[in-house]
Amino acid sequence: MHIHRTTEQIVADRQRYEEHQRIGLAFSPKTPATPSMRPAPDPEAGSLATLRSVPGGWYTTLRLAKGEVLRLSPQGPVSAVALAAWSANDTTERMNLPDTVKLQWTTELKKGRVVFSDMGRVMLSIVEDSSGAHDALTGGSTPATVAQYGDPNLRNTRDNMVLAAAKLGLDRRDLMPLLNLFAPVRVDAKGQFEWHGGMIGDGDWVELRAEMDLAVALSNCPHPLDPCAGDVPAPLEVTKFKAVPVPPDDLCRTATAEAQRGFENNAKAEG
Amino acid sequence: MALKTTQRQRAEILEQVCDIPAQKPWSGIVKKGQTIRIEDTLGQQAIDTIFYCADDYTERYSSQDTLRAQGSAYITTGSKVMSTEGRVMLSVTADTSGRHDTSAGCCSCESNTVRFGHDTLYQHACRENFILELGRYGMTKRDIVANINFFMNVPISANGAMTVDDGISSPGDHVEMRAEMDVLCVISNCPQINNPCNGFDPTPIRVVIEG
Repeated sequence: MHIHRTTEQIVADRQRYEEHQRIGLAFSPKTPATPSMRPAPDPEAGSLATLRSVPGGWYTTLRLAKGEVLRLSPQGPVSAVALAAWSANDTTERMNLPDTVKLQWTTELKKGRVVFSDMGRVMLSIVEDSSGAHDALTGGSTPATVAQYGDPNLRNTRDNMVLAAAKLGLDRRDLMPLLNLFAPVRVDAKGQFEWHGGMIGDGDWVELRAEMDLAVALSNCPHPLDPCAGDVPAPLEVTKFKAVPVPPDDLCRTATAEAQRGFENNAKAEG
Repeated sequence: MALKTTQRQRAEILEQVCDIPAQKPWSGIVKKGQTIRIEDTLGQQAIDTIFYCADDYTERYSSQDTLRAQGSAYITTGSKVMSTEGRVMLSVTADTSGRHDTSAGCCSCESNTVRFGHDTLYQHACRENFILELGRYGMTKRDIVANINFFMNVPISANGAMTVDDGISSPGDHVEMRAEMDVLCVISNCPQINNPCNGFDPTPIRVVIEG
């Protein structure tokens, strides 16, 4: 079976796509905002909801209500943070990185960008980010990637995520490709992955605003492409801030046509 | 004796040929040692594909493990298709097209609204195909993982820019993979008409399982 489309239909669809592509790619190489200053500022009085420290190699789970902001601050070298996220109300709706990079015409997720679910809705907004050095393509460490270092005590992100999922009532079927924060992986002209270590440094931090009620899992292990991936990383400080009203001109909500339509889908689901 | 041997060999080289109509899903088992050939019969047709371990569907294809293990962003001859448990599921043994995407995922009604506008909500999409096909095996939307997009051209630039460009596959181009474990192969013959991954004109494809 082959339902042939007319030349007119094809030409019209191509014109429409190329207009989306022109706007999307013209925006893509630009940084929509200057990076956040290092180190992160002290929390304002009364803004803090919770604070915890995750030891190097370990994981944690937490719930975020819509509007709450999650600050992640590695307290030293080789900490990379792998993140998984599910809708708290329906865990079959979960972070979808292929959609996240495709919809925004870029693999560089940084301040001003958003993270989409598989349902075309925005889960997280990257509201602060000092490095812009994150990886959506190559995943976290696994039993196989840490085996080469010969240290049986080294923990890995895959096992951490299976454990974290279990504590949220989920299992390995629920794990999705992971967002790796503070992991400067880039693709060269030949398609090879490169580690750009100079993009990250002491005092790096990100803040992610929940755009729906979420369950989140975090793993604090070195990224497998980090040349120092055999080292035990520093602790990770995890701070949750109370929700505050979001202004109409909020960067993440207005930066791109795609983000605007994503937030329109959020509003429809709430309505 | 010689004749018998020939017949036996012929009998062993069985071919299962499956023609998949435009816009439709398909699934089948590829046994360890068998080869699956996925053929872009008429060219420029994205073929969204997920593999599951046939003995335990909770072990399935992992795009991130596949890319990290090979150190590069596209799938082609020599690529090892990795599972979520770090095992090799299949090896890519031939590829007449050049490279294949595994970072951009499959299309869905919902993501189409974000990419192309809310008026594209009620168009058929790969995620619909996957949900229906996985349902035959007791799986749900929960089991859809980031897939391989055979014959989809998604260059990633050094500055991170990513776009679905015109397909580079010609009629008859194919990719061949040898199964390193028994796998369930689930395919959505992509129905997308809003970007050039199917030349804006979805077409039939063919799958051949040999061995």
